[in-house]
Amino acid sequence: MMLKSLTLLAALTLAPAAHAIEYRSVVPAQSRIGFEFEQMGVKIPGHFRRFTAQMAFDPAKPQSAQATLEIDLASIDAGSPEADEESAGKLWFNRTAFPKARFVSSQVRALGNNRFELRGTLMLKGKARPMVIPVSFVPGKTTAFFDGSFVLKRLDFGIGEGMWADVETVANEVTVKFRIAATGK
Amino acid sequence: MSLRYTAPAVVLHWLIAGLIFIAFPLGVYMSDLPLSPTRLQLYSYHKWIGISVLLLVGLRIVWRLTHRPPALPDDLPRWQRAASHAVHGLLYLLILAVPLTGWLMSSAKGFQTVWFGVLPLPDLVEKNRELGQVLGNAHQFLNYLLLALVILHVVAALKHHFHERRPFLQRMGLGK
Ligand code: HEM
Repeated sequence: MMLKSLTLLAALTLAPAAHAIEYRSVVPAQSRIGFEFEQMGVKIPGHFRRFTAQMAFDPAKPQSAQATLEIDLASIDAGSPEADEESAGKLWFNRTAFPKARFVSSQVRALGNNRFELRGTLMLKGKARPMVIPVSFVPGKTTAFFDGSFVLKRLDFGIGEGMWADVETVANEVTVKFRIAATGK
Repeated sequence: MSLRYTAPAVVLHWLIAGLIFIAFPLGVYMSDLPLSPTRLQLYSYHKWIGISVLLLVGLRIVWRLTHRPPALPDDLPRWQRAASHAVHGLLYLLILAVPLTGWLMSSAKGFQTVWFGVLPLPDLVEKNRELGQVLGNAHQFLNYLLLALVILHVVAALKHHFHERRPFLQRMGLGK
């Protein structure tokens, strides 16, 4: 709530004299960051309950869009209480040392038909890796949605080390699926 | 009338018995392990074996509904006859209910079953943690009931065979 009003405040004070709609306020309640991984050939869905996002997106000027996302790794639902607990450990997120995941955009390219390519850096467990993320823009009356999904390799970030590095049991590929809702001015 | 079960019934009986003999200790062992890749693998193997039992007991029940088991000896006391029918009936029920509660529990806990890593089975109920707990307890309770009945079943067969010197083990395909 606090955060929401803060971002709203920021949006109000920072918004330039409105010409086109620029989406600046993320609506956490309507946003979702989920993922899916395979364990012994069984798909396990999960998601993060808490994250904060800052963004600026003007459909008329996509190339100047920006996005920053910070995920609180303690808010994970990894499919079961045992898995949630396990994910905090040194072999997985090592959450005491690295409590958050962070994405910072560097470039946005329009692909046409309200589809965009978002490039940026994902920082996870002390490792920064470049990412290319396809995003669909779904305009709405007051709220617009930014939907996308991409595959990341957990071992690129050292997620699941030691005995868990065996990708036969827990697959290396993790599909991240998100929907970010934002309102504009 | 033959005093032996037919070949398909004998094969199914021993296949099911053998798989339960593996699945049961595996279930006890794996559920006490700390989370590790080994634990995840054993859970999968347990589920695959259990679903195989469900399939085989389905076939066995079809066999039973379409065949009469070999007659019991005429001089067997009446109460033993009744007890034998009751125990066999309960064994069929439990061998159905044990894997079914396992499947239901896995569904409720949010872990789909993919038979031998190849055939995805539908989840029988929506994910629900509390229901998963209840079904887990049911799976455990029915398992120990099954264990008790299996012991009774084996002891009775051995008693008829060795103590009363009746050819009981031959009924289920053992010996000549
Ligand atoms: C013949 C069939 C089966 C037998 C004899 C059997 C036996 C057992 C036993 C003895 C346990 C340990 C219970 C305890 O002490 O906590 C167990 C646990 C378990 N079984 Fe089965 N089971 C069978 C089929 C299945 C099937 C078909 C599934 C799922 C598809 C399944 C899933 C599980 C799971 C997930 C546990 C662990 C529960 C926990 O984590 O506490 N079982 N089973």
